[in-house]
Amino acid sequence: MRPDLDIVAGLVGSGQRVLDLGCGDGALLENLISERECSGLGVERELDDFHACIARGVPVTQGDLEDELPRFGAGDFDVAVLSLTLQAVSRPDRVLTEMKRVAPRLVVSLPNFAHWRLRTTVALRGRMPVTDALPYQWFDTPNIHLCTIVDFEELAAELDLAIERRILIDANGHRAPKITSRAPNLLAERAVYSLTA
Amino acid sequence: MPDGSARNTLLPDEGPGGVGTVETKRAVVFEGDRPLTLASGATLPHVEVAYETYGELNPERSNAVFICHALSGDAHAAGIHEGDDPKRPGWWDNIVGPGRPLDTDRFFVICANVLGGCKGTTGPSSIDPATGKPYGLRFPLVQVRDLVETHRALLHELGIERLLAAVGGSLGGMQALQWAIDHPTEVDGTAIIAASARLSAQNIAFSAVAREAIMRDPDFAGGDYYENDRRPDAGLALARMIGHITYLSEESMREKFGRRIQDAEVPRFGFDVDFQVESYLHYQGQSFVGRFDANTYLYMGRTMDYFDPFEDRAHVQRQIAQGETSFLVVSFDSDWRFSTEHARVMASELRGAGAPVTFQEISSPHGHDSFLFPDPAEYHRTVAGYLDRLATQRGISPRRSLAAGARN
Repeated sequence: MRPDLDIVAGLVGSGQRVLDLGCGDGALLENLISERECSGLGVERELDDFHACIARGVPVTQGDLEDELPRFGAGDFDVAVLSLTLQAVSRPDRVLTEMKRVAPRLVVSLPNFAHWRLRTTVALRGRMPVTDALPYQWFDTPNIHLCTIVDFEELAAELDLAIERRILIDANGHRAPKITSRAPNLLAERAVYSLTA
Repeated sequence: MPDGSARNTLLPDEGPGGVGTVETKRAVVFEGDRPLTLASGATLPHVEVAYETYGELNPERSNAVFICHALSGDAHAAGIHEGDDPKRPGWWDNIVGPGRPLDTDRFFVICANVLGGCKGTTGPSSIDPATGKPYGLRFPLVQVRDLVETHRALLHELGIERLLAAVGGSLGGMQALQWAIDHPTEVDGTAIIAASARLSAQNIAFSAVAREAIMRDPDFAGGDYYENDRRPDAGLALARMIGHITYLSEESMREKFGRRIQDAEVPRFGFDVDFQVESYLHYQGQSFVGRFDANTYLYMGRTMDYFDPFEDRAHVQRQIAQGETSFLVVSFDSDWRFSTEHARVMASELRGAGAPVTFQEISSPHGHDSFLFPDPAEYHRTVAGYLDRLATQRGISPRRSLAAGARN
């Protein structure tokens, strides 16, 4: 499993009912179900990923998470997970609000667009950055709502989501070195949050 | 439910009759001091079941897959009967066979006619031992769980205690669902396709019109027409025509027939069959009366009308908690008989009861009939993938040919 998913799994915890939005090939849910006694459901739009979930035995709904989210009942889950997907939805604020409705706790990870390497690409080269974490060209990227750590935390506050924990991670998904926390918005490539309603 | 239309749509590289020549067998599953007691409390002293099997049961008896058929289906799901046209295999031939989703290289596939049916299993046209005459409407009303119990009794006869999967479309999906709820420890997985857990008012309305068409036919004779010269053919044909309208989507009807005129360039302007769609419905109605019993149509319609497995949610929750059965729920976007909304309700109820449920709405032009078609390929890919996963969990060897798996 990708190291960042391991961190997400740690934040989710054990014995939880988990909704994983944009669950990809189901690796996180498989781990949560088999290693951490969770029950879970994935939502995935891409067919190849959907079939990978079936092959893993991970329960999944095939469809767009923004269409599917409103169909779930209030409090249907203990934790709603959105892993590196917030930037790809059409209305991140509405998605977070809906997540808050279906689960009391949210685990959200996101790429930080204010990382110094991205800043310098725009500032010095005058180009949209293409990196390992954000490997797309501006015209074909699914990442239509990129934000920074500061932006996200501001939105979380606006939506009355309390930050329970924040883990800063590097582009490979490992925990970032301690120094990163001195200036997270400049030094962290990604962040994972545990938020409560 | 519908059954003939998909037969001519096999892909060129999938010859019909992949399982070869097959025959329908019969087993007596209830008799003598062991009658069948129905959910209603009524009893049937003698119950026979017509069934077919494809593939081999493995020594562990862990590879049995049961096909539950729809309203007008029968035990002949795949292969060809001796002497039959080789281009007209069983009703679900495109999904059953070596390398197909219900892979007979690895699975022991069983299909049986339902209780109340007219294709070899005891039903209203069978002889009532008490009178020596056909039951007619004296046959008791049956529920989906009675259909399941009858097929479980067949499995008992075959020495099978547990299914790898119960699979079915439409009324077949309802049976698969009921099977998993009633016997969660006896089914590893359940594939419910184009089905519903509770008919809508519109569904019941269509069912009512079909029933009236049969019962108002002067030849219906209160259901005791078996020994008469005439049967309620007109009523049954009309019921079937109504059914067929609900099985197709508007798009598929437009594509198949449009407003084209049958056997002519210009309209004849009269009350006889003129448009191609009329000719099609007429043909479907007429060909149906030769091979189906009007009373069975009435009984199965009612069985579906009253189906409501989630009425007692606490019960379903307790049942699901006993087993580890998983569910695949599939709907088709052009199906307006059992629309995706029906499938979503089912998936949501099952999840609420604590079951793992995979759900997919597949885009297909064929309406409710979609479950009988091999295209779009996404449909068989999902069913095959789900069964493969169940097989892996049970330690059943993987598909012999990956290419065949990918093709399906």
